[in-house]
Amino acid sequence: MTNWLSPAEWDALSLSLTVAFWATLLSLPPGIAVALALARGRFFGRQVLNGLVHLPLILPPVVTGYVLLILFGRRGPVGSLLEDWFGIVLAFRWTGAVLAAAVMAFPLMVRAIRLAIEAVDPKLEQAASTLGANRLWTFTFVTLPLILPGIIAGAILAFAKAMGEFGATITFVSNIPGETQTLPSAIYAFLQVPGGDASAARLALVSVTVAIVALAVSEVVASRVARKIAGR
Amino acid sequence: MTIEIAIRHRFAAFEVVIDFAAPGGVTALFGRSGAGKTTVVNAVAGLFRPAHGRIVVGGETLMDTEARLFVPTHRRRVGYVFQDARLFPHLTVRQNLVFGRWFRGGGARTADFDRIVDLLGIEMLLERRPGTLSGGERQRVAIGRALLSEPRLLLMDEPLAALDEARKAEILPYIERLRDTFDMPILYVSHAVEEVARLATTIVALNDGRVARQGSAGQVLADPDAFPMLGRQEAGSILTATVARHDTGDGLTELAFSGGRLTTPLIDAAPGTHLRVRIRARDIILALKPPEATSALNILPAVVQRLGRTEGPIVDIAIRCGEEDLLARITRRSLERLALRPGTPCYAILKSIAVARRDVGIFETRHD
Repeated sequence: MTNWLSPAEWDALSLSLTVAFWATLLSLPPGIAVALALARGRFFGRQVLNGLVHLPLILPPVVTGYVLLILFGRRGPVGSLLEDWFGIVLAFRWTGAVLAAAVMAFPLMVRAIRLAIEAVDPKLEQAASTLGANRLWTFTFVTLPLILPGIIAGAILAFAKAMGEFGATITFVSNIPGETQTLPSAIYAFLQVPGGDASAARLALVSVTVAIVALAVSEVVASRVARKIAGR
Repeated sequence: MTIEIAIRHRFAAFEVVIDFAAPGGVTALFGRSGAGKTTVVNAVAGLFRPAHGRIVVGGETLMDTEARLFVPTHRRRVGYVFQDARLFPHLTVRQNLVFGRWFRGGGARTADFDRIVDLLGIEMLLERRPGTLSGGERQRVAIGRALLSEPRLLLMDEPLAALDEARKAEILPYIERLRDTFDMPILYVSHAVEEVARLATTIVALNDGRVARQGSAGQVLADPDAFPMLGRQEAGSILTATVARHDTGDGLTELAFSGGRLTTPLIDAAPGTHLRVRIRARDIILALKPPEATSALNILPAVVQRLGRTEGPIVDIAIRCGEEDLLARITRRSLERLALRPGTPCYAILKSIAVARRDVGIFETRHD
């Protein structure tokens, strides 16, 4: 059943799924934290943080990839520290593709979660505090369950974005088959060589399928959760 | 268990300067909207931080700006019943009820859970979700949730205001039972004299951010000068009485109190039950001699205590009937014609049907 995709195509698909999975998972905790800070925080520099988070959404992806290369390249200020201290290399590795995808998907995730947090009635959190729950417990038992649909929506959106991320990824980690060649990079590469049209078409079909399945799953899960927290 | 509250805070539009102490039982914070009632309860709960003040409940200081002490809400152990219930929509009724127990070291015991669920009549609702409950049911669950967090003090901010008359009538008896069975002070915010008359042991009347009057419910409600603040139309006092006997044939109940007997429409309570009956000032007629051949069933001997301020054609008069202080509203012309003065003996005449079901509250004697 595996022969309808070539090994190179399989590599691209599985790499894309892996990259998107890790990009989504790793950006969830900071995504929730940043969404909370933006929705509820009243601190100096909130607008700066807001702008910073949204930057990848409005910059050309190539520029984002370039900035990542400058910062996280082996000789970049962050990249060299990561390599010296933890032995982590991002440039031209699949881990770098994860970073690029996460950065590009981050604003979408934060927006979805932030909207959900802003929809939570702070009066419910007050009620929890009168019942003896400190802020952490209140967040865990009241806020978090109530924003779960937003978190799911944000995660699916981020996953879909990560699957399709191309510009920042190819700039930061290039297009190395088996290492950094994700679906979009592979489609692009196949289109550059004679006779690659069929491969590109198959991968395009796969991309569409993955996107539709992700959307359907998110709709089902979100509506189920929403019904539960609506209290009926 | 006493509550001492002294707070001072300047808002943009007005300033709140409130200072009072209340014994246990139900202390009603009474006043128009914007009088500062909710500010007070929120300060007690720690949801609002006044610029200056001190709040002590049962000997424990919850806030003292001079000592720079501010106990955060979750450590104050105050139960709060909000006007809008605020049940957690994602949890079942049972999970809502035990929510506070998770944070208070085991919290309420199972026996308490069963007792409170029983008292509030919510055992049928336990597995349901808040979205499927009626307003009255939601409010009962909210009361249970607050009680089960083992508070030292219960705050109730207009818990009935969002409900219609039928729902109010459904919940009032539960709050009465609460008052009579738990030895827990209740701070009850309301702008409805009816509720206050049925529930309060102490009344603190607020007006424009100040304490306008405070005292026992009987005193304040029977004070002819308090009513401009409490609401002119609703003026009326409370009388404590015991069910003496029922006359089911005529559909009447006879109550015994220190000033004699009071006949009312049939009340659903066993003989011997203690009741609080609210009698509106405008329903009482005063006479110097007992009238003969009248349709009114209640003719009670009384003595004029004090004349209130006159306002337009009317004047409120405090009279004493046995040991009960009542309020009668008559015209100035009648006052002059009868030449009523403090000390004048008179008769208070009251139609039985002037006492409505919602004016009668059960008031069990406490065993403490």
